[in-house]
Amino acid sequence: MSLFKSMFRRGSAPVARERLQLLLAHERVTRNQPDLLGVLREEILAVISRHVAFEPDKVQIKMDRGKSVSTLEVDIEIPNGLGGMARVA
Amino acid sequence: MAQADKAQATTAKVLVVTSGKGGVGKTTSTAALGAALAHNGDKVVVIDFDVGLRNLDLVLGAERRVVFDLINVIQGVAKLPQALIRDKRLENLHLLPASQTRDKDALTDDGVAKVIADLRKKFDWIICDSPAGIERGATLAMRHADAAIIVTNPEVSSVRDSDRIIGLLDSKTARAERGERVDKHLLVTRYHPSRAARGEMLSIDDVLEILSTPLLGIIPESEEVLRASNVGSPVTLNNPLSAPARAYFDAARRLKGEDVPMTVPSESRSLFNKLFGRKAA
Repeated sequence: MSLFKSMFRRGSAPVARERLQLLLAHERVTRNQPDLLGVLREEILAVISRHVAFEPDKVQIKMDRGKSVSTLEVDIEIPNGLGGMARVA
Repeated sequence: MAQADKAQATTAKVLVVTSGKGGVGKTTSTAALGAALAHNGDKVVVIDFDVGLRNLDLVLGAERRVVFDLINVIQGVAKLPQALIRDKRLENLHLLPASQTRDKDALTDDGVAKVIADLRKKFDWIICDSPAGIERGATLAMRHADAAIIVTNPEVSSVRDSDRIIGLLDSKTARAERGERVDKHLLVTRYHPSRAARGEMLSIDDVLEILSTPLLGIIPESEEVLRASNVGSPVTLNNPLSAPARAYFDAARRLKGEDVPMTVPSESRSLFNKLFGRKAA
């Protein structure tokens, strides 16, 4: 490594700086909004639980933020049998 | 005496020393700045808000003198003057310790408000040493602050957490809720000027640009800090000529509104002094 490589290596601080600037730009925007995912989770579960029984721990809600499109993924495991989908009918 | 109390009540300043991240130097900085301000003649009380994990007593060398604590005062078990510990070296410096064992829910908003209001009548500076994190202890420590010292290491996780804390200072403090501002000051600790110059560490300019907060001081990384805490003495008292101590003294003067040029003190002078001191001894 040595001389040649170290002459062209600019140190890792610029990387740290750039990562922080990107991250904080995002975090500052979302910081003062209410916990969107938490609110969505609560309201979606309230609606579903009116119709089917499920275990609260068997629920996964994920949000992926993309540049132009974000996706919200809701995965609820509903047991078959009594108290499950049967109640929909 | 009552007159003096009254006069001071209007000028008392409540500072919170906070960071979000743990281990960046909040307690060290609270002790060092408290001692520096007291050394200049101001009446200072430092309060440990880290209920259950108190350490300010240890860093100040007062761990064996703790009888009553902040929660005792809030719960009415002890009177405020009974819980205040006067420093053995500086008669202007007092400590209000945190409790070591009690439930941190005992720290109530009203209780803290009353203690701070009482201390405002007796002291020039009330310095609240915040616990790490953004939970109750940390939000209560900043609740009544007029000004905040955000302790930051030039390192990504510390800078990110400082940004978060700055957001809380602007929204969750009593001042923010009244539509007023909490003055924010950035204190960069554990700084290596040479590593920053080589691009191995975020520079002061990087940190300032990212956090957009005025700089209070730059504390260089130094063995003196550990040496001072080992013996239970603020670094500003233990070795006042050392680089970190000089940086803290400068920061204390800036807190008082003095215009002190921003430099990173280096160890060379103190090394000279140490050698010289050894010879003289």
